[in-house]
Amino acid sequence: MTTLTIDGQKVQVEQGATILQAALKAKIHIPTLCYLSEVQAIGACRVCLVEVEGNRALQAACVFPATEGIVVITNNERVRKARKFSVEMLISNHPMDCLTCARNLNCELQKIAEELGVREVRFPGEKSKGGIDELSPSIRRDQGKCILCRRCVTVCQNIQTVTALFAQGRGFETKVGPAYDESINDIACTNCGQCSLVCPVGAITEKSSIDDVWDALSDPSKFVVVQDAPAVRAALGEEFGYPPGTLVTGKMLAAVRKLGFDRVFDTNFTADLTIIEEGNELIKRIKEGGTLPLITSCSPGWIKFIEHFYPDLLPHLSTCKSPQQMLGALAKTYYAEKEGINPKDMVVVSVMPCTAKKFECDRPEMTDSGYKDVDYVLTTRELARMIKQAGIEFNKLEDGEYDAPMGEYTGAATLFGATGGVMEAALRTAYEVLTGKTLENLDFIGVRGLKGIKEAIVPVEGVGDVKVAVAHGLGNARKLMERLKEGTADYHFIEVMACPGGCVGGGGQPIPVNYEIRQLRAEALYQEDRDMPRRKSHENPAVTRLYEEFLKTPLGEKSHHLLHTKYKARGV
Amino acid sequence: MNMVRNHVLISIDANTIIAGARAVEDALIKEIARQGLSQEIVVLETGSVGIEDQGVVLVVYPEGIYYTNITPAEVPELVEEHLLKGRVVHRLMLKETPKRFVITKEKTGLMKEQPRIVLKNCGFINPESIDEAIAADGYQAAAKALSSMKPDEIIAEVKHAGLTGRGGAAFPTGLKWEFASKVDNPVKYIVCNADEGEPGTFKDRLILEGDPHKLIESMIIGGYATGATKGFVYIRGEYELSIERLEKAIADARSYGLLGTNIFDSGFDFDITVMKGAGAYVCGEETALIESIEGKRGHPRNKPPYPITAGLWGKPTIVNNVETLSNIPEIILKGAENFKKYGTEKCSGTKVYTILGHVATPGLIETEMGTTLRDIIFEYGGGIKDGKRFKCALVGGAAGAFLGPDMLDVKMDFVNLREYAAALGSGAILVMDEDTDIVDMLKSVLHFFKHESCGHCVPCRLGTARLVELIDRIAASKGTSKDVEGLTRISETMKDTSFCPLGQSLILPVSSSLKYFKDEILARVQ
Repeated sequence: MTTLTIDGQKVQVEQGATILQAALKAKIHIPTLCYLSEVQAIGACRVCLVEVEGNRALQAACVFPATEGIVVITNNERVRKARKFSVEMLISNHPMDCLTCARNLNCELQKIAEELGVREVRFPGEKSKGGIDELSPSIRRDQGKCILCRRCVTVCQNIQTVTALFAQGRGFETKVGPAYDESINDIACTNCGQCSLVCPVGAITEKSSIDDVWDALSDPSKFVVVQDAPAVRAALGEEFGYPPGTLVTGKMLAAVRKLGFDRVFDTNFTADLTIIEEGNELIKRIKEGGTLPLITSCSPGWIKFIEHFYPDLLPHLSTCKSPQQMLGALAKTYYAEKEGINPKDMVVVSVMPCTAKKFECDRPEMTDSGYKDVDYVLTTRELARMIKQAGIEFNKLEDGEYDAPMGEYTGAATLFGATGGVMEAALRTAYEVLTGKTLENLDFIGVRGLKGIKEAIVPVEGVGDVKVAVAHGLGNARKLMERLKEGTADYHFIEVMACPGGCVGGGGQPIPVNYEIRQLRAEALYQEDRDMPRRKSHENPAVTRLYEEFLKTPLGEKSHHLLHTKYKARGV
Repeated sequence: MNMVRNHVLISIDANTIIAGARAVEDALIKEIARQGLSQEIVVLETGSVGIEDQGVVLVVYPEGIYYTNITPAEVPELVEEHLLKGRVVHRLMLKETPKRFVITKEKTGLMKEQPRIVLKNCGFINPESIDEAIAADGYQAAAKALSSMKPDEIIAEVKHAGLTGRGGAAFPTGLKWEFASKVDNPVKYIVCNADEGEPGTFKDRLILEGDPHKLIESMIIGGYATGATKGFVYIRGEYELSIERLEKAIADARSYGLLGTNIFDSGFDFDITVMKGAGAYVCGEETALIESIEGKRGHPRNKPPYPITAGLWGKPTIVNNVETLSNIPEIILKGAENFKKYGTEKCSGTKVYTILGHVATPGLIETEMGTTLRDIIFEYGGGIKDGKRFKCALVGGAAGAFLGPDMLDVKMDFVNLREYAAALGSGAILVMDEDTDIVDMLKSVLHFFKHESCGHCVPCRLGTARLVELIDRIAASKGTSKDVEGLTRISETMKDTSFCPLGQSLILPVSSSLKYFKDEILARVQ
């Protein structure tokens, strides 16, 4: 333990802690900007400056070690002036189009300028060259707004190990972006959107589909269907002032119906369906000696990652489409037939915690219904904006309901939104299908939680030990793939989610996100699961009906045509 | 055996090569042969003799006559008159011809008596010949250190000598070595910082071009003393001749067994790799330099941890400047007491300066610590060019301070200058005469910083940009007195808030120019 003095207060911290961590412990607030806990501490923005006795210049609290005996002052004229100067400088180089910015009122630069009382830019001058890259269906970059905090660079490089973004150029000419000024659409970017989650300003956002969706809703000739992913209901409330971890399923349903959607379905329905298809695929591969381990395919960021970086391992991927794409394909075939709607006039909108889903729905092979299976993807953030634009008082809404049949789901499906959830849902079904017995304890605690790579062995009577692994965050996925290449990953089944924490921490979710918030959102989903009358995918009666009426059999011809897909090696 | 009557030393350094030294050398050899003197006259290449900006320089021994601005056209006359007939060509001679380097008693000019420790062999031996280096005491100190001294004895000697870092920070070298030697790690590195980027500074280049073996020898000693078995020289990529000569010197040292395994039978292994910089000023900052060697973007690191505990690839790393290291052999060979005879009480030894700007004889000198600016400009530099009056000198490069007439008689060393809010820095002395426009000077300094800011931290990345805008307005007579105030405000805050010394040091040129020339600057604004 180390003892230091901050503002006259003695503080004891673990060896290796920083002044910022020590201050946090002592409940002393030090403002920060480029710092982001769990992501980076680089001392670049010079907002967390403090006075450390014996040091000539001020020091950045986020990186300065809390060494034994140091005396720190966090609040005096010198410190306040210095912090204010850094923010004033940043503002002098900022476009100041706050009122029309996607991050208006949720901008860290705005917040810090207010906190530090910056009321004047004394030295206005030339601004960095802007430039907007909106070629990607998922990510929009507005260079002019970038404050060069480098969080996106760090998250992309260190946590996702994709390294699509770099700092380039020098001094005033410095900018962050893909090498050689390429568009983010043309490089090995997975569209995971973690960069947009950590961006403190509006420099990286999702590519918005709000206008397209409003247009569809206003068009009387269109039959507009919406589906909501499980992780959305665990986070949407944050946009309306609810604490993280508040489950708002009912209010969300009421809100989307008020927006004018003709049918409100749930991606959870096809999550249950995925378990049936993927489960059968796994059993088939085990019985027939197919490529093992089988790896899940519902996370489109992960799919693009493996296509770029591990094309040799593509045969391991489940051929199942993601639940989003399954629902789109079924809406324009099964449901359209059932209700006598011309699929040409149907528009399928997804609300996803994800930016990569926007890319996924644009993949040319995702047209098995004969039309674009899913037309538009909205992130959780975009849905919140639409609700606000429509003047809906979200907090006062009475709970709404899903439409049949593709709104019905089990607790297993809702787990898809948290890391380990697909695995847990699969294990519940696989166990009962393989053994013919009822599973006593449905909770597979070993695959829950935020450990980077989780492993479990499930003894299944008559089959033996089923070995599984779960990775979330592409950096962890990479570690697992390396082991697979080495031949030291002898699992039967692997779940991978591109985003840390799984979809609850997805690139399209409300900002901010940190490990605590991810945990709280996941808890909300576990709660929903516990409260469901049915908690196993194979018990979903609507799915059973779907097979009876339409698909006939898992992995059958219709399934093969509508629910399964192919992948392509993309290289880097 | 041939009787050699004359040795003609031709200075082959980056500047003289541009001035045509290779052509002169060719012409000289051909002309000597044509006049049948090849048996009696030997032409030798050497590094800079310390005279800059005066074209191709030759020194004829044993007379010690300096010829400057020589072109191939003058060669036949020179050979016939001086080398054949023994008549000095006065027309081509350096005005104040010194006799010899160290022993000269000349009172004025670049070759005024200089206590040469670092530059001892520069302009005297052929830098591309390891034999000449050895004949000039090269590797003797390394031999002594490795065969008869313990590492802590070496460190004690360096500490006692009071040697401090010559790159600008003036950290005690012995102390740095001691810290490094005490860090328990089987892998340590010693890095020589030869990324000389301070405008107006070219001392390290001339040291490397003139005597690369001294640096190698110093690094061997440093490695042995601290436990580092691997050395890196991080050198400015533009220093092509330095790189070429250093690489040749390293190869020669290896073939002589002076680098490699079991050097001097001591059981100590050491080798050196040359790394080229890509032209970023900030890479002269030791942690940015380390990042660059690792193949990363040249950004400074957070300190602590200091390189001494976690440097190159996270290993303990000693970073020393070229000039600093080049003092080591003398200290080992002649002892700390001898070294302390030079310099001031607080700063022992010598300092190598580059004198440039409006002086009669720009060039490279080595003088004792504590030499006044007046001596440097008027004795070594030959005074102000064209009989003009001294206005000021920018001392220590762009990150240095403007010193006015009241500073002419201040004893210059690292400690003393600090008391005057100035810094010795890199040792560049840029002299300006009465006609110099101080606003233009400051403008060029600030533009330099804007260009070289690495962009990592906010105050420097944007502060330099705003400073440039202010000074541009002032220079164009479009500024206001508020803009002049702004210069101080921004640079002062940058001193307190910037990540690394680059942004922290702009206050020096800004505040010093305002100290001396506030009226001149204010006269330019409304």
